Amino acid sequence: MIKVENLTKFFGAKHAVDGVSFAVERGEVLGFLGPNGAGKSTTMRMITGFILPTGGTVTVGGFDMQEQPIPAKRLIGYLPENAPAYTDMTVHGFLSFAAEIRGLQGEARKKAVAHVVETCFLGSVLHQSVDTLSKGYRHRTCFAQSIIHDPDILVLDEPTDGLDPNQKHEIRTLIRNMGQKKAIIFSTHILEEVDAACTRAIIIDRGKIVANGTPAELRQKSEFAGAVTLRVKGVASSAVSAKLYQVPLVKRVSVVDDRDGHVTVRVFPKGSANGELARAIGEAAHGWQIELLQSEEGRLDDVFRSITMPDTAKEVAQ
Amino acid sequence: MNPWRNIWTIAKRELGAYFTSPVAYVFIVIFLLLCGFFTFFVGGFFERGEASLGQPFFDWHPWFYLFLVPAVGMRLWADERRVGTLELLLTMPVTPWQAIFGKFLASWLFLGLALLFTFPVVLTANYLGHPDNGVIFAAYVGSWLMAGAYLAISCITSAITRSQVVSFILSLVVCLFLILAGYPPVINFLEQFASGGWVDMITSFSVMTHFGGFQKGVLDSRDILFFLSVIGFSLFTTSVILRTYRAG
Ligand SMILES: Nc1ncnc2c1ncn2[C@@H]1O[C@H](COP(=O)(O)OP(=O)(O)OP(=O)(O)O)[C@@H](O)[C@H]1O
Ligand SMILES: [Mg+2]
Repeated sequence: MIKVENLTKFFGAKHAVDGVSFAVERGEVLGFLGPNGAGKSTTMRMITGFILPTGGTVTVGGFDMQEQPIPAKRLIGYLPENAPAYTDMTVHGFLSFAAEIRGLQGEARKKAVAHVVETCFLGSVLHQSVDTLSKGYRHRTCFAQSIIHDPDILVLDEPTDGLDPNQKHEIRTLIRNMGQKKAIIFSTHILEEVDAACTRAIIIDRGKIVANGTPAELRQKSEFAGAVTLRVKGVASSAVSAKLYQVPLVKRVSVVDDRDGHVTVRVFPKGSANGELARAIGEAAHGWQIELLQSEEGRLDDVFRSITMPDTAKEVAQ
Repeated sequence: MNPWRNIWTIAKRELGAYFTSPVAYVFIVIFLLLCGFFTFFVGGFFERGEASLGQPFFDWHPWFYLFLVPAVGMRLWADERRVGTLELLLTMPVTPWQAIFGKFLASWLFLGLALLFTFPVVLTANYLGHPDNGVIFAAYVGSWLMAGAYLAISCITSAITRSQVVSFILSLVVCLFLILAGYPPVINFLEQFASGGWVDMITSFSVMTHFGGFQKGVLDSRDILFFLSVIGFSLFTTSVILRTYRAG
C-alpha cells in the first residue's frame, strides 16, 4: 500500500534522507527505528506529503503523492511528531473538525468522534481546551485525529511518546490489532514496542536504511544471539573458564560478573550450535551449583547499538 | 470532493478560533471605539452640519486598518507554523489553495462583521439628517474590499515567519506604503521630483486612490478589480511561500 522508492531529502547541504526504499503492505506493521536525527520524521513527512522530496517517489495506495496528493492523502491517517493540535479548540471541537475535513458529516461524523473518544480514552477531557491538556492527553487527542476516518494507512511518528505505561500498552495493542487490516508505519525509540507490535522493522541511520527484517531476524544479528549465559556459585571464575574451554563447541568464554562467590559467564559458540551448546555446558558444569543456565535470543537494543554506534563513534573521532 | 466544502470547513474552524480567544472581542471593541471617537470628536461629525459620512467616518478607515488588520492577520500562518498544526492541515486531503482561501475568508468575514457593527454611526446620520445611503453602502463595500487587501498582505507576511510580531510589523510597513503612495502630502512631495506619469503610476498602487471612488458613491469596476487583484496576487504569493517552506 505504501511504496517508497529512492527517497532523498536535502536540507541545504544536509543530506537528511539518502535513497530510502521500502514497501509496506496491508496487514503489516513496520517499525521505524534509528538514532536521533536519523531522518525518521523527515521520511514520514515526505510519505504524508507535508515535505516535498528532493528526489525519489512515494506511492500510496497506487497514487503518487506528488502527482495526485489529494486521493493519496485521503487514505492516510497521520500523527506528526510532538502531536500538534489546534490549541484554541476543545478536544471535541478538534475531533469534529478532523472528521469533517475527512469528509464525514452528520451522523457519521458523530459516530466517528464518539468511537475514537472511546478508543483513546478521551471521555474525561472531551470539553476541555486543547491548550490546557496534559502532554499525554494531547498526544492521545492527536492520535485520535489520525484514526478518525478509519484510514487504510497509518503513519505514526512516536505514537507512545509521553504516554503512561498503561496507555503505552493500550496504544501498542491497538496498533497491533489495527495492523491486521491496515498498513502501518510507526517510529519509536522504545525497542520493546517493536516486539510488541511490529511484523517488521527498519533501522535507519544518517538517512540510510541499515537493517530491514522481522524482529526475529534482527535479533539474529546480535552478537549475543546463540550465546549461553551461566551463573554458578562457589567456583572460581578461572576454574569455570578453564573447564568450559574444554567443551568442543565453545569459541569464547567471557566473565560478565564475579561477586560474592557468584560467577556469571557468557559463552559464545563456534558457528551456530544453539540448543547443543546449552546442553554441552550443562554437562560440563556437572557438580557445580548452577543458579542460571540460559540460551540468549539476542536483544534488539544490542543489535541497534552495534549497527548504529560504530558510525557515531567514527563521527566523534573526526 | 466539493472544494467549497473544504474551504468552508477550514473557514468555520478559523472563525471559531477567533471567538474562543479574546482577539475577536478586543478587536471589535477597539475598532468601534476608534470609529466613534474619530467620527464624532476628531472628524467633527456634529459640527459639519451635514449628514454625510464620507469624510468624518470613512476617511479614517485606511488608517484604522493599518494597525488592526495586521493584528488580525498576523496569527493566520505564523501560529500554524509555530504550533505545528501546519503539518496536520497540509496532510489533510485539502489543497493548499483551499486552506489558504479558507483561512483568508474566515478573517475577511470577521472583519466584515466588525464593520457591520459600526451601524450605529449610520443610524445616527439618518436620525440627524438625510444622508445618501447609496453612497454609504458603496463606501462600506469599498472599506471591506480594502480590509481584504490589507488582510491578504498580512497573509503573506504571516506565512513568511513563525513570529507573530515580525509578521505584524512587516505587514504594517507594506500597508503603510500602500496608503502613503496615495496620500496627498506625499503626492505633492513626489511631484517635485518625478514626472506626472511616474507619480500617476505610484498613486495607482495606493489604496487611498481606489478607496476614494467608493467614498464618493461610485462602484467603479477598476477599483473593485484593483482590490480583488491585490487579494488574488497576495494569496497566490502566500501559496508560493508555503510551497517553498514545504520544499525545505
Ligand atoms: N526543516 C529542516 N531544516 C533543516 N534541517 C532539518 C529540517 N528538518 C529536519 N532537519 C534535519 O534532518 C535530520 C533528520 O531529522 P529528523 O527529524 O528526520 O530525525 P529523526 O530521525 O526523526 O530524529 P528523532 O529521533 O530525534 O525524532 C536532522 O539532522 C535534522 O536536523
Ligand atoms: Mg523524529
